[in-house]
Amino acid sequence: MHVEEKLTAETFPASPEKATLEGKNKFIGFWTFLGGETVMFASLFATFLALRDKTANGPTAEELFKMPLVFVATMLLLTSSLTSVYAMYHMKNFDFKKMQLWLGVTVLLGAGFLGLEIFEFNEYVHEGFKFSTSAFSSSFYTLVGTHGAHVTFGLLWILTLMIRNAKRGLNLYNAPKFYVASLYWHFIDVVWVFIFTVVYLMGMVG
Amino acid sequence: MKWSEFFVTGEPLIYAADVSIVLTAIGIVFVLTYFKKWKWLWNEWLTTVDHKKIGVMYIISAVLMLFRGGVDALLMRAQLTVPNMKFLDSQHYNEIFTTHGTIMIIFMAMPFIIGLMNIVVPLQIGARDVAYPYLNALSFWLFFVGAMLFNIAFVIGGSPDAGWTSYFPLASKEFSPGVGNNYYAVALQISGIGTLMTGINFLVTILKMRAPGMTLMRMPMFTWTILITCVIIIFAFPVFTVALALMTFDRLFDTQFFTMANGGMSMLWANLFWIWGHPEVYIVVLPAFGIFSEVVSTFARKRLFGYKAMVFSIVGIAFLSFLVWVHHFFTMGAGAAVNSFFSITTMAIAIPTGVKIFNWLFTLRKGKIRFTTAMLWSLAFIPNFVIGGVTGVMLAMAAADYQYHNSYFLIAHFHYVLIAGTVFACFAGLHYWYPKMFGHILNERLGKWTFWLFMIGFNICFFPMYFLGLMGMTRRMYTYSAGLGWTPLNVVATVGAALMGIGFIVLCYNIYYSARYGERDMTGDPWDGRTLEWATSSPVAHYNFAIIPEVTDLDAYWVMKKTGKGLEIDEEKLKPIHMPSNSGRPFLISIAFFFAGFGLVFEWYTMAIIATIFIILGLILRSFDDDDGYYISVDEIKRTERLARKGA
Repeated sequence: MHVEEKLTAETFPASPEKATLEGKNKFIGFWTFLGGETVMFASLFATFLALRDKTANGPTAEELFKMPLVFVATMLLLTSSLTSVYAMYHMKNFDFKKMQLWLGVTVLLGAGFLGLEIFEFNEYVHEGFKFSTSAFSSSFYTLVGTHGAHVTFGLLWILTLMIRNAKRGLNLYNAPKFYVASLYWHFIDVVWVFIFTVVYLMGMVG
Repeated sequence: MKWSEFFVTGEPLIYAADVSIVLTAIGIVFVLTYFKKWKWLWNEWLTTVDHKKIGVMYIISAVLMLFRGGVDALLMRAQLTVPNMKFLDSQHYNEIFTTHGTIMIIFMAMPFIIGLMNIVVPLQIGARDVAYPYLNALSFWLFFVGAMLFNIAFVIGGSPDAGWTSYFPLASKEFSPGVGNNYYAVALQISGIGTLMTGINFLVTILKMRAPGMTLMRMPMFTWTILITCVIIIFAFPVFTVALALMTFDRLFDTQFFTMANGGMSMLWANLFWIWGHPEVYIVVLPAFGIFSEVVSTFARKRLFGYKAMVFSIVGIAFLSFLVWVHHFFTMGAGAAVNSFFSITTMAIAIPTGVKIFNWLFTLRKGKIRFTTAMLWSLAFIPNFVIGGVTGVMLAMAAADYQYHNSYFLIAHFHYVLIAGTVFACFAGLHYWYPKMFGHILNERLGKWTFWLFMIGFNICFFPMYFLGLMGMTRRMYTYSAGLGWTPLNVVATVGAALMGIGFIVLCYNIYYSARYGERDMTGDPWDGRTLEWATSSPVAHYNFAIIPEVTDLDAYWVMKKTGKGLEIDEEKLKPIHMPSNSGRPFLISIAFFFAGFGLVFEWYTMAIIATIFIILGLILRSFDDDDGYYISVDEIKRTERLARKGA
């Protein structure tokens, strides 16, 4: 199929993200990129695991972590992954307005998560847990902060896509763009599941 | 910060470099203005998204960096020729071996390989461009500004001086307080992002853009090695990204990753560095294997022997390359069990590599060999690389490595694999594909002069180093006393280095000479080639293929020539060709990266933040770009093709 074709809900293909060569290229290229991202986060997790006991008389995980706050943040992010699935569902049904609506909800939930994370970091710093306090603090802020930077980037990306295409509507040119942005969002979510387990849960019990 | 700290002062060599940099800059500006070439530079080069032009720019940058790294090498050889030399002091020597290593690996070997793959891979698979042309331009410019940022360090602020491996705690702020290692961390980070994007780009290009009929097992061997190299890039470079980021944090924000106090672990750096660093060696050597495969098969006029075995061995090498990193620090006390494991995996790499060596030899067997310059480089590669490989297996034995570690034995080993592997391949590839880039052939006579000078010089320079190593000379020592008995071999090594330098000068003269008097390649197929890049005209038309060829077998173009099918272009079948438009944005975004990096190096955060905002703005503006490319009309294709075929 070709990018320039005018489409209706009837002629819109079932997998619009893979209907053109450009779309296919984006699809596979982005998966590969996520492979690289996985290696990057794996390195950060390895660094964290190597250094998490090196608290150098600074605060430890048990003294620091506020589980209710982290739990709320986790719920916000997990829900935002679900809402982005709704958005993709509507994209496949060529319902641009509903897609935009659900993307908007995704952005709001993501922004909520980000706000809580900033609040959390701010609290920790006030308790004497700075970036430079110990090897544990450095690796904690780097791992969780890199994830936070990914959330920020994802929010900017989805917002830009929404604004950029607000008047243009859906077509085979931008459908792959929305699709890979949602892939990215899921990836961020999966990484958070690991952070929640390895950093927070294992920090509290192990 | 005072101006006297901002600029490096106090060394006559540095002042001479300052003067030559300023004069070169003035010269370039003058020539561009005098010949009214600014617009040409912008339209044809700075904004291009054409993979062939991007490849040419990669290669030009790589040759420049070869010059810089080569000058560093000659300075080191000058210092070491005789005992107690006062030419360079220890600090200056530290800086020079650091920049030599970093530049040769990251800014010479990699871009040379990436340049060749940019030019050749889309042509070999019968594609009109790469999967993401715009991203390709951005990759190049990020590499380029990274290289420039690294290269200005020695006149502005001071060079990195902790070795190309930059081990902690030496590379920490405590022991390397200047900005030099900030340059290392930031410049390599910027060009590393470009490399990662190249890896993704070419992986997708090879997987999705091949001509109809070209199954994976019908791909030319060079394309196969690039495919596997891309996989290595994608899985290795993110580790380096992390390592460099942590180094930056340690140096700029006083974090505790690799520090001695507060729980840091300096061995963490060594591990992260080499988890990237060892696969990196294969990133530069696998494509070299691919180049040799193409050249040997073409000039032996035979199909590559053991194609499948070749493919499986590169896959095997790629897999093993991630399992050997500890062999770089056997002596750091990981314990016998760990050392044994990594010792065995390292030796295991010799098996697939040996398979490849025998495949090249059997390709040559009963072939009609033509001794062109490209072929000479490939033939010289085999014995020289085997010397490097065999000494590599010696180094791989953990117990024996306690004797060899960080001696000149190691220096000799890795120069034997990297020069005889990668540099020979770059020169072979340059001579072989030169007509595709510029439309004329590099002079063979001068090419052979380069070959003999460089190859003999290389052996005179590095073979004695094996013995220097066994005699106890360790790497990175800036001088030695006369009583050690190392003087004769060091004098010999310096003579060899000078011969290599002369060989390089002949190569540069050859480029100039051939541009003026070189034989034009009117056929598009000067070597009687086997793969699809020789089915195009020389230099290649902007759109590569007027009609995408159909592939029925390995060595697609050879089959076309034998059967006579698919050689002529049926003008009835021509269709308008869609091409991406040029864009200046990759260049401008990369300039912003340069300033962001410069700000980080000097901890001028306002500058870094402003530049980062420009980077993000550039990314967003790309999204608001309505330019969807343009079409080349059938008439124009007809005109181009008729013109190209008139000479044939």
